[in-house]
Amino acid sequence: MTRADLIAVLPEALLALFALTALMWGAFGGKDRIARPLLYATAAMLALLALWIGSAGGGASTAFGGMFVNDAFARFAKVTILVAAAAVLVMGEDFLARRDLLRFEYPVLVALAVLGMMMMVSAGDLMALYMGLELQSLALYVIAAMRRDSLKSTEAGLKYFVLGALASGLLLYGASLTYGYAGTTTFAGILAAVRDSTLPLGLLFGLVFLVAGLAFKVSAVPFHMWTPDVYEGAPTPVTAFFATAPKVGAMALFARLLHDAFGPAGHDWGQIVAFLAVASMFLGAVAAIGQRDIKRLMAYSSIGHMGFALVGLAAGSATGVQAMLVYLAIYVTMNVGVFAFILSMERDGRHVTDIASLSLLARAEPTAALALLILLFSLAGVPPLVGFFAKYGVLVAAVQADMVWLALAGVIASVIGAFYYLRIVYLMYFGQEGEGLDGAMSWSQRALLVAAAAVMLVGVVNLFGIEGPAAAAAAALVR
Amino acid sequence: METVILLAPLAGAIICGFGWRLIGEQAGMVIATAILFLCMLLSWIVFLGHDGETSRIVLMRFIDSGTLSTDWAIRLDRLTAIMLVVVTTVSALVHLYSFGYMAHDDNWRHGEHYRARFFAYLSFFTFAMLALVTSDNLVQMFFGWEGVGVASYLLIGFYWRKGSANAAAIKAFVVNRIGDFGFALGIFALFYLTDAVSFDVIFGAAPRLAETEIAFLWTSWNAAELIAFLLFVGAMGKSAQLFLHTWLPDAMEGPTPVSALIHAATMVTAGVFLVCRMSPVMEFAPGATAFITWIGAATAFFAATVGLVQNDIKRVIAYSTCSQLGYMFVAAGVGVYSVAMFHLFTHAFFKAMLFLGAGSVIHGMHHEQDMRNYGGLRHKLPWTFAAMLVGTLAITGVGIPLTQYGFAGFVSKDAIIESAFAAGELPVFWLLVAGAAMTSFYSWRLMFMTFWGSPRGDHHTHEHAHESPRTMLMPLAVLAAGSVLAGMVWYNSFFGKEETVKAWFGIPVAEAATDASGDAAGHAPAAEAHAGGDAVHGAAALPGEGAIYIGPDNHVLHDAHYVPAWVRAAPFVAMLLGLAVAFQFYIRRPDWPAALARNQRPLYLFLLNKWYFDEIYDFLFVRSARAIGRLLWKKGDGAVIDGSINGLAMGVVPFMTRLAARAQSGYVFHYAFAMVLGIAILVTWMTLSAGGN
Amino acid sequence: MTIAALAFYAFGITVVASGLLVVLARNPVHSVLWLILAFISSAGLFVLLGAEFVAMLLVIVYVGAVAVLFLFVVMMLDIDFAALKAEMAKYVPLAALIALILMMQMALAYGAWTTSEVADRLRGAPAPAPAEMHNTRALGMIIYDRYLYLFQAAGLILLVAMIGAIVLTLRHRTNIKRQDVLAQIYRDPATAMELKDVKPGQGLG
Repeated sequence: MTRADLIAVLPEALLALFALTALMWGAFGGKDRIARPLLYATAAMLALLALWIGSAGGGASTAFGGMFVNDAFARFAKVTILVAAAAVLVMGEDFLARRDLLRFEYPVLVALAVLGMMMMVSAGDLMALYMGLELQSLALYVIAAMRRDSLKSTEAGLKYFVLGALASGLLLYGASLTYGYAGTTTFAGILAAVRDSTLPLGLLFGLVFLVAGLAFKVSAVPFHMWTPDVYEGAPTPVTAFFATAPKVGAMALFARLLHDAFGPAGHDWGQIVAFLAVASMFLGAVAAIGQRDIKRLMAYSSIGHMGFALVGLAAGSATGVQAMLVYLAIYVTMNVGVFAFILSMERDGRHVTDIASLSLLARAEPTAALALLILLFSLAGVPPLVGFFAKYGVLVAAVQADMVWLALAGVIASVIGAFYYLRIVYLMYFGQEGEGLDGAMSWSQRALLVAAAAVMLVGVVNLFGIEGPAAAAAAALVR
Repeated sequence: METVILLAPLAGAIICGFGWRLIGEQAGMVIATAILFLCMLLSWIVFLGHDGETSRIVLMRFIDSGTLSTDWAIRLDRLTAIMLVVVTTVSALVHLYSFGYMAHDDNWRHGEHYRARFFAYLSFFTFAMLALVTSDNLVQMFFGWEGVGVASYLLIGFYWRKGSANAAAIKAFVVNRIGDFGFALGIFALFYLTDAVSFDVIFGAAPRLAETEIAFLWTSWNAAELIAFLLFVGAMGKSAQLFLHTWLPDAMEGPTPVSALIHAATMVTAGVFLVCRMSPVMEFAPGATAFITWIGAATAFFAATVGLVQNDIKRVIAYSTCSQLGYMFVAAGVGVYSVAMFHLFTHAFFKAMLFLGAGSVIHGMHHEQDMRNYGGLRHKLPWTFAAMLVGTLAITGVGIPLTQYGFAGFVSKDAIIESAFAAGELPVFWLLVAGAAMTSFYSWRLMFMTFWGSPRGDHHTHEHAHESPRTMLMPLAVLAAGSVLAGMVWYNSFFGKEETVKAWFGIPVAEAATDASGDAAGHAPAAEAHAGGDAVHGAAALPGEGAIYIGPDNHVLHDAHYVPAWVRAAPFVAMLLGLAVAFQFYIRRPDWPAALARNQRPLYLFLLNKWYFDEIYDFLFVRSARAIGRLLWKKGDGAVIDGSINGLAMGVVPFMTRLAARAQSGYVFHYAFAMVLGIAILVTWMTLSAGGN
Repeated sequence: MTIAALAFYAFGITVVASGLLVVLARNPVHSVLWLILAFISSAGLFVLLGAEFVAMLLVIVYVGAVAVLFLFVVMMLDIDFAALKAEMAKYVPLAALIALILMMQMALAYGAWTTSEVADRLRGAPAPAPAEMHNTRALGMIIYDRYLYLFQAAGLILLVAMIGAIVLTLRHRTNIKRQDVLAQIYRDPATAMELKDVKPGQGLG
């Protein structure tokens, strides 16, 4: 343990300190009265950290004997996570305040969850991986059940917890098998053990269990079952959070583990990931069609999108990882925009999530409807919006990796998936007269919705240059 | 000046087509017409002042893609100059004529504006036709080629309330598509072989093409033959030659000025122009030119036979056009391109006039087109009668036998028939002579039925028959002058001594070496040139020098002047024969035609139904295509594609959706079970694949 | 067979058997008791490994605190485990099949088990040899020095668990009386009560 080690984890340490301070301030200061400033302070803190990490250049460095890795890949993922979390915090404030859910623990728990994600993406050791994962998950379990008077919310939290525990068990089992073979938990050590020959069966099992544990976190089929229930049950700001930052964290961790620890065995895990990807894409597309609740629909949408991101990972190449990162960044932006709108869905002062309530939104709220239309088209992958380029990138990566069938499956799934996005658009513009929405959007929701839609349009030019950093990140990961 | 000629009609079309709401319908029409007259003036200046030298005016870069590099340029040589005069003159006169013809039309409801649109189409057509004839390369030519096709489609279907007009427009377009496909293939082949589309390069490469073999459709072909054939397929479509001729008679559904401009004088001659333009390639393709000759002769004969029995005045002239185009192709096929152009030139005058005259009759007779309802109109329509008489004398070939003095058609058509004989194609010669006899018959039949005899048909119509306004008669007068004089004035230029013709077309004078006309200084007498063409190769002009190319072994032009006297007199005799029969049938014994039709009923029906071409095509292509289409539509698209897509979208996907919804039961242990199941599957899969290793 | 080996097998068999019984026992209280037995046996295994500190921790923390807490919770909860099990019973055949498949594959993996050549060396590397260093000290070296990062992370996880427990369960009810210790302490008779001299037969009026 040296100074260098501590400096490497300085952003994480600061965030931890901030969380602790905020907790103390809340507990002994103003309790829930200070929840609102605390929330904005947390968002500001996350944004500042994003700025700091994003502007910090430098190559790759490790700390704590390889447990903590700070490279371009980690930085890219962290910036995405931090920005997404900050945005979600800000846009959920109004919602929580009006429903008396704005408790000071909420920003603290979000901060700790983000801390867990940052540890995940920087993990260089199976134990560090597990710690980060659990820190994140535990915080998420709690905020999912935060609306404790609601049966659905508590049920969501409990389901998530129980299944998460099972997934953790699988992950640990895989980790122990891996340790059993390699004799070490550091990724570098595993890599060295894997490099020389084909994987023995035991290690292969370990890999499968590890992948299963992580697949749960990215909600890939068949480890996805919790997603719709939790998305529906959790308070909507929490759902928005679930759909964005943790997905990036888990996916980045996925890539980190597979490439950093099992890189040479790409052929083996490529098959598994491709299976997960295809199953997720298709289930996400098919099951979403039957949904009447927009939060459940977004749950399946996220399953499908994670399937696409997994396609990039399955390619097993630097191009694939780059495409995956770009996909995640775009996915997060789209989801922030869509959830900013979902948060504002209200009728008679009550939050509604029924898709039918969007009928003829275009008459009442032309701007919001147009922005939502752009976002939904982008989610569906309609060119020339940015969402198309995200899908295009991962599919190209798959083709380059000689996985044409995977790309083909992706195309078919995206065709099926387009249906339910377009149905919402149809409802907004040509739906039937019915009970519409009457709530007003808060400034932050409206700003984020419009901004996300604008990004989908303007980003066509050069994707805001994220391809460069994403390529650097991929190059740092895939060696 | 050439640039103005080319682009001014486009400007006219735009001003008239889009601007008439601003400046008024009448003003738009006047502007379009004035522009065309200006173009005509400029064209005549260009034509008369042209010295035969080929020049090139680049307007802009057209296409730049890979090795394909194309300018939009005007190639000005004798061919272009001739076509400029033909196109702009006829177009300008037709514009003027249309003021009168289109003034009132029962096909339009009160208050509808159609005239500006009509003029805009006419001007647009003129632009496209000019683009075609001035083109410097095949791509640009194809642009013009398709442009006139579009204009033709729009104008044939101008009376869009008439179902038959729409059908005719579609038919014209579709039949032309077949020809255009061949043309496009020819262009592709040329580009494939020479890596260029500009005429200069292609002509320069023509001798090489003759020695190249190209694999196409399972066998190997001589490149020059194949290309010449493909290009001629394009020409067949545009110029309504046999097998692709069916659209032309139907195209008469369009307004009569359109028939005169597009389907008599200009567009349909584009095919002849194409063959002449590509003469450097054609000269190296003896097989293809023989094919052209035979198709031309067959068309000339076939169309003439059909023309014998038609009753619609415009259809008679349409078949006559078809037949005359056959003559032109014969000339081009036997290698006297200048003669082909000659007939094209003269034909434009008298055929445009015949159409406009027919239009005048139709106009005067309140849009009655059936000749059986005419009769005795020479008193009611004296000026029209005079013009039609001149036209008929021209097309039937009246002149002083064995001299070069006569109406335009006499000079140019006889030149073709003599050339056919000179080229040694005796059957073709006899077909053409027979065609000439029939031409005379049906032309006089038209005249006799329309202007002689007693009025038939609706009494009321005849009483109100009236002479056409001056705007319609003036063009007739101008064209009549052309019909009389065009042949005699330019006889020497097109069909004079070989050196005169070559000088006129800008073919280098070194050619004199091969000239067998008796130049004392020439070191190659005729006999020697005939015996051993190789000896004079060195002195021959290269392909591409001059507007047309005449191969070193090609002496048809020369030989045509030395055919026996009976050959030269044959067309005239045929003409007299046709006239006599027509006179007998329609003036002296008007009951004969009906009796003959009864006696020879199968033959009559065969001719009346145009050799059953439409029926055969309908059976062979239209029905079978429709059957295939129906099969693909109902079974292929409906059952297989729609079925599978719909089945997927409305059957399988919702089924999967329900399945997924059922799996989402809400019970934690179900979810956990799914996870364990997933693990089991993955582990099994890994075991199996690892076991495989 | 030495005593140590005998003890190892005895403890090992006890751990596996009691672990099985934790799952199979019908009465949840029995399950917890079986769990305690499993913990104790594992502690024995640790002792055999020479890790007496961990063994003691296991007994004190897991048996003494965690398991007892479990016991309380289980006894307080009113859950009809029999009904739950009846519901589960429907899936037993399928579950058994999958379990069988997984077991067979595990057996396969075990049969073909290999380790990396360097695994043994790596495995021993982080911890100093038991002979060299005191057990507790060695643990301290590892936890507070080498694995500080993980230790802190674990601390945060526990913190989150604590916050979560409070967030989800603590309620500030407004209409209930609460004990205020300071107020009780600072009470004195002077402020807390007033002596009234009540005249007989008149009452307070």
